[in-house]
Amino acid sequence: MSSVKTLQEKINYDKTFDCVQCGYCLPACPTYETMERETHSPRGRINLVKMVAEGKAAIEDLQEPIEKCLGCMACTTVCPTDVQYGEILEGAKEVIEDNQVKSKTQQKTEQFLFESFFPSKGWMDTLGNATWLYQKTGVQKIARSFHLTKVAPMNLDQFEKVLPDLPSPKERKRRAKRFIRKRPATAKVAFFTGCVMDSMFFDTNQNTIELLLRSGTEVVLPEQQTCCGALHAHSGKIDQSRELAKENIKAFEEEQVDYIVNNAGGCGARLIEYHHLFEEGTEWHERAKQFVAKVKDITEVLAELDQIIYTKPVEKTVTYQPSCHMSNVQKVKQPPRQLMDKILGLTLKELDRPDFCCGSAGIYNILNYEDSMDVLDVKMKDVCSKQPEGIVTTNPGCLLQMKLGIEREGASEEMDAVHLIDLLAQAGPVGKWE
Amino acid sequence: MNEWIEALQKHLPEKQIMTHLADRHSYSFDASFGEYLPEIVVQAKKKEEVVDIVKIANEHRIPIYPRGQGTCLSGGPLPVNGGIVLDLSQWPEEIDVSADDLTVTVSPSVLTANIDKAAREHGLMYAPDPSSAHVATIGGNLAENSGGPRGLKYGVTKDFVLGLELVTPEGEIIRTGGKTIKNVTGIDLTKLLVGSEGTLGVITEATLKLVPKPPAVQTLMAVFDDVRLAGQAISRTLTSGILPSKMEFMDQACIRAVENFQPAGLPTDAAAIVIIELDGHPETLSIEKELIQDIMKNIGARDTVIPESQEDATKIWHARKQVSPAIAKIKPTKVSEDATVPRSKIPDMMDRLKEIKERHNVEIVVFGHAGDGNLHPNVLCDKRDQEEMGRVELAVEEIFQAAIDLGGTLSGEHGIGTMKAPFMENELGEVGLDMMRRIKDAWDPNGIMNPGKIFPEKGQKLVLRSE
Repeated sequence: MSSVKTLQEKINYDKTFDCVQCGYCLPACPTYETMERETHSPRGRINLVKMVAEGKAAIEDLQEPIEKCLGCMACTTVCPTDVQYGEILEGAKEVIEDNQVKSKTQQKTEQFLFESFFPSKGWMDTLGNATWLYQKTGVQKIARSFHLTKVAPMNLDQFEKVLPDLPSPKERKRRAKRFIRKRPATAKVAFFTGCVMDSMFFDTNQNTIELLLRSGTEVVLPEQQTCCGALHAHSGKIDQSRELAKENIKAFEEEQVDYIVNNAGGCGARLIEYHHLFEEGTEWHERAKQFVAKVKDITEVLAELDQIIYTKPVEKTVTYQPSCHMSNVQKVKQPPRQLMDKILGLTLKELDRPDFCCGSAGIYNILNYEDSMDVLDVKMKDVCSKQPEGIVTTNPGCLLQMKLGIEREGASEEMDAVHLIDLLAQAGPVGKWE
Repeated sequence: MNEWIEALQKHLPEKQIMTHLADRHSYSFDASFGEYLPEIVVQAKKKEEVVDIVKIANEHRIPIYPRGQGTCLSGGPLPVNGGIVLDLSQWPEEIDVSADDLTVTVSPSVLTANIDKAAREHGLMYAPDPSSAHVATIGGNLAENSGGPRGLKYGVTKDFVLGLELVTPEGEIIRTGGKTIKNVTGIDLTKLLVGSEGTLGVITEATLKLVPKPPAVQTLMAVFDDVRLAGQAISRTLTSGILPSKMEFMDQACIRAVENFQPAGLPTDAAAIVIIELDGHPETLSIEKELIQDIMKNIGARDTVIPESQEDATKIWHARKQVSPAIAKIKPTKVSEDATVPRSKIPDMMDRLKEIKERHNVEIVVFGHAGDGNLHPNVLCDKRDQEEMGRVELAVEEIFQAAIDLGGTLSGEHGIGTMKAPFMENELGEVGLDMMRRIKDAWDPNGIMNPGKIFPEKGQKLVLRSE
């Protein structure tokens, strides 16, 4: 096969023809709005992919527009011809990645991050433990007062401020791997803990397990599970993403379960698309399809089982920032709202544009800090106009980003951001059967 | 670097100038055919900037192409001769409703649907409703004189424009018309400018007419086993003294495509359906609804459907909206035409389309705003198949000729752009076209303003094939 043919195939040239360039995606795209040019719109990006495939533009020309895409997939919900933008985006990322000449250090860093860091339970625990140590030993305080955090690379100091308090390594270790019921269970759930979720939001994961148990389910945490691979796919490392998918599929095949539950919108979006990573008709495609059929967001499962009553009023007015990946890829929109409805005293004020991305988008906010903040500013304007006392989210990335947004607005006295699961845990959940 | 690019850089903020290849490619297309790489893309956010840009272009004889959000279906904003694409979509949106005057004054970047939204807050309505209203800018609508389903009762964009502000091709600012409903002072430049497709200047502000929002709407659907009967039913309804706000037509291929795409419960064995919307006072509507049902049945409709709830009505209209995406599944490339015929000629036009389809062995489906004779024959094909595209070119040519032969027009609502320029003389005659050209030459002596549109080059032919 000629190299042109290979490129065209990899970059999904054929799929670009589904775009009739009607422009209906423009008003839905956050980066088109903040960056104010067609180049940073879905239609513009698809056209550039086509131009590269036809040799009219170079891969370098494509790089910035593709890297600056949040991948929020809002465009796919309004596209009248159902263009597979996600696949075009991933193909483009892969081609850019293949084409990149990287320095040795860069290669080493990426290799470490993607091959060792994210997929490793050990490293994730270390990250969580180190953060705990940093918070508990007073280093955090000292660092802040001497402005040492400012010298952190890539604006990480901004995120350091908004990290939640973490549990001690001891607590982390103590968590059981299996929660069996004495009375018959309503369902058996395998919990996908997520890498960042489990290291930085350990308590949210604990609350998730607790809510599942109160719903009358049996919960297992398959030990061999690993990173979902979303960050790899977003960085054009499809092969690695595929390997991680295989590991997870294997890990979750060990047990006969009814649901594979996660509590991070971004992870969920990757998990339910595992079958796209494998060629149709292959054994792995089949196994992936069976895996995908069981994947659900925690809010879907809680709403579906509907076994909990919330006994402790939360007298608060909140607004809800849905995770893009949860709304646009998993198409889970109503369950979180249904659950909030059940909390006594809680008032939900919907945003004018709930489906507008917050700018977190995986590690976009770290890689493209300024652009991400432009998107966040649009979001915060909407949030502040609702004058809420809290922002509820369903994804760790969104949660941190919203916390950062609150900091930037100088509104930390008036409001806070919380994962929906933690809010539910606060609301006195009691199993109906208890 | 070119002197004129330097001049532009002197007059505009850096962020509003794009010279990178990726950016230029992004403004090289619209929703029609063909791509043409501009040398530069500039964005204007106020009229002074437009004046500067146009003056520089005029002085250096550089072609300039105004552009909204690029949803044009006829090639209006395509930079066919290179030069400057002038992106007006980032201009801050201004909508100033003057409810007591029933007018609204808007900036060119305003999305058309937002005008209607603002008007509705005052119990008023902006009637023109192109299907792209939620994406397209009013500036683009004015340039192309866009229509929409409601055109049947309310007319197209030009019927709602009272006054304009325009930067002439020589960089002067003029105002035409005004804020009054009646205005007969001198030659009507407002009407001349609306639909001139950006060839006479850049519209920087418009004052539009609003109408009272009808208190109620009623949807009906009539099902036919014969396409000709559907056409006759449309004519009969319109001569009965009832004026629906919309009368939409879908042929069997469209019905089936929609049902394959997102099932809505349409009758897939019907030859055609006509979807009607009435608007007005609720009591009037209940009488008119009965009358229309009688007309449909007398002509020979198999069935008439009155939706039981608002939800059911929305479902029917949603199905109509799904036609475009649904037929795109039949074949990837869609050549969407808007040839329009006198209403009595709809059945004849349907026959002609069938012949053309068979003669050239191409896939043609028909839907559209049949109430005003504005059909949308869509030729479905695959851009990558050069041989097929050749046949499509011939078919499209014949579609236009058929419309003209039946006393119709090349375009009901999309404009001429690059796509229909080759056929202009067929409709207007040599002298008719020449008079238009003379107006153009007088307004734009250096020919910088959106060249290559409306007026054909000598011997220009419709080309859908890429070389």
